[in-house]
Amino acid sequence: MIRLSIPLRQALSRLSLPVLVALAFGTMLIGKADTLLVDRARMALADTLAPIYAVVAEPVNALRNGVQEARMLWAMREENARLREENDRLHRWQAAALSLEAENTLLRRQLSVIPEAPWSLRTARVVADAGGTYARAVLLALAPGVEIRKGQVALDERGLAGRVTEVGSRSARVLLVTDMNSRIPVTLEGSRARAIMAGTNGDHPRLQHWPEGTRPKEGERVVTSAEASVFPAGLPVGVVRWTEGGTAEVELFARLDRLDMLRIFDFGLTGILPPESVARPEPRGKR
Amino acid sequence: MAIKGRREPAPGLLSRLDALARAAFPAGSTALMMVASAAPVGLPSALPAVALACVFFWSLFRPAAMSPPICFAIGLLQDLLGFAPLGIGILTMLVVHGLALRLRRPLARQSFLTVWLAFAGFAAGAALLGYVLQAALNARLPPVMPGVVSWALSTGFYPAIAALLTRLHKAMQRAEDLA
Repeated sequence: MIRLSIPLRQALSRLSLPVLVALAFGTMLIGKADTLLVDRARMALADTLAPIYAVVAEPVNALRNGVQEARMLWAMREENARLREENDRLHRWQAAALSLEAENTLLRRQLSVIPEAPWSLRTARVVADAGGTYARAVLLALAPGVEIRKGQVALDERGLAGRVTEVGSRSARVLLVTDMNSRIPVTLEGSRARAIMAGTNGDHPRLQHWPEGTRPKEGERVVTSAEASVFPAGLPVGVVRWTEGGTAEVELFARLDRLDMLRIFDFGLTGILPPESVARPEPRGKR
Repeated sequence: MAIKGRREPAPGLLSRLDALARAAFPAGSTALMMVASAAPVGLPSALPAVALACVFFWSLFRPAAMSPPICFAIGLLQDLLGFAPLGIGILTMLVVHGLALRLRRPLARQSFLTVWLAFAGFAAGAALLGYVLQAALNARLPPVMPGVVSWALSTGFYPAIAALLTRLHKAMQRAEDLA
């Protein structure tokens, strides 16, 4: 160590703070002038510290996972209670449903209702929008050998989407209910009134031709009608919405703007179909 | 007349190491705490709060171990660990150190509460200084909220840090008395 006289040392120590403050301002200038240098210094420090942090992070992560686990267990407890309560409620409903079903069977037997034909279904992937003659149609990819016929009903997971209009060996085209050429016989579920749902190429098809005196109510559910035997009765379609202009429209359950898969139902109906189909009815496939 | 006696024995290696460790402890522990508080564990960063509290405490109670160059290094470390413009932390640390050194005589004998209040004032000053410097360096007004939060964090963290450091300081004093 260099030996300095005491006054000199005192002077030095008194001077060091102002000098360092000046140096701090100098650092500021450097940081302002050469951002690249500062970034490099930061990254060098971070690189040095990263392994240390990695080691430190282990127990911290373990602790955090433990806490999360405990919280999840607690949540599970609550969920369990909720599910048990819900299960009880559903059991009650099941009992009610079973008794109603029994009653229904009994009544049907007394009335000699003609049973509806059993249905079958195929699920197909939507591969393309539109194309072809129609503005609102989708193309389905089919595996070879899958039997799909014209006039079958396509539903997405929520409700009615459309009808099959053209069938090839590997694809089929479905005319969506929003297309201008689509006319679907529907029933208003509240009043049991019949109407026609006509596509407009817009998002919401219009309701037409409802009977005099039974105005569709806002929010009323719309289901398919079995008239013309194209659809079975009661497939969910949508709910009634009145526009500001005073037209009754149907807000569809099906999300036609984002179709991924469509279920093609064969209800064994041969309603209004092109003449050749009616003239030569194809044999139905086995269920 | 010369009194003849034995000269004091030169300090041994162990005791010299001991003294060196004691002298280096405040700076080392501060740097370690800063690095630890900058660890990405998902908590709000208490980095400026820790640095400020350590520099203030050691400047007040052990100024020999917290010299201006060390304050400079701590400020630089803070600037590099954080993302504020370079130099703000350095200047803040130096100013806090200088002021704490000035106020050392009246403050060191006060109760903890008074020291805490003084520290709250220091933290407010540091936050204000940081705000002004950021505004000057970025040539636009930064939001006020981070400054307020940093002040609150500093003031809130101080008792815990001071409690820890006081124990260490007392232990070191005891060791020095024994030596």
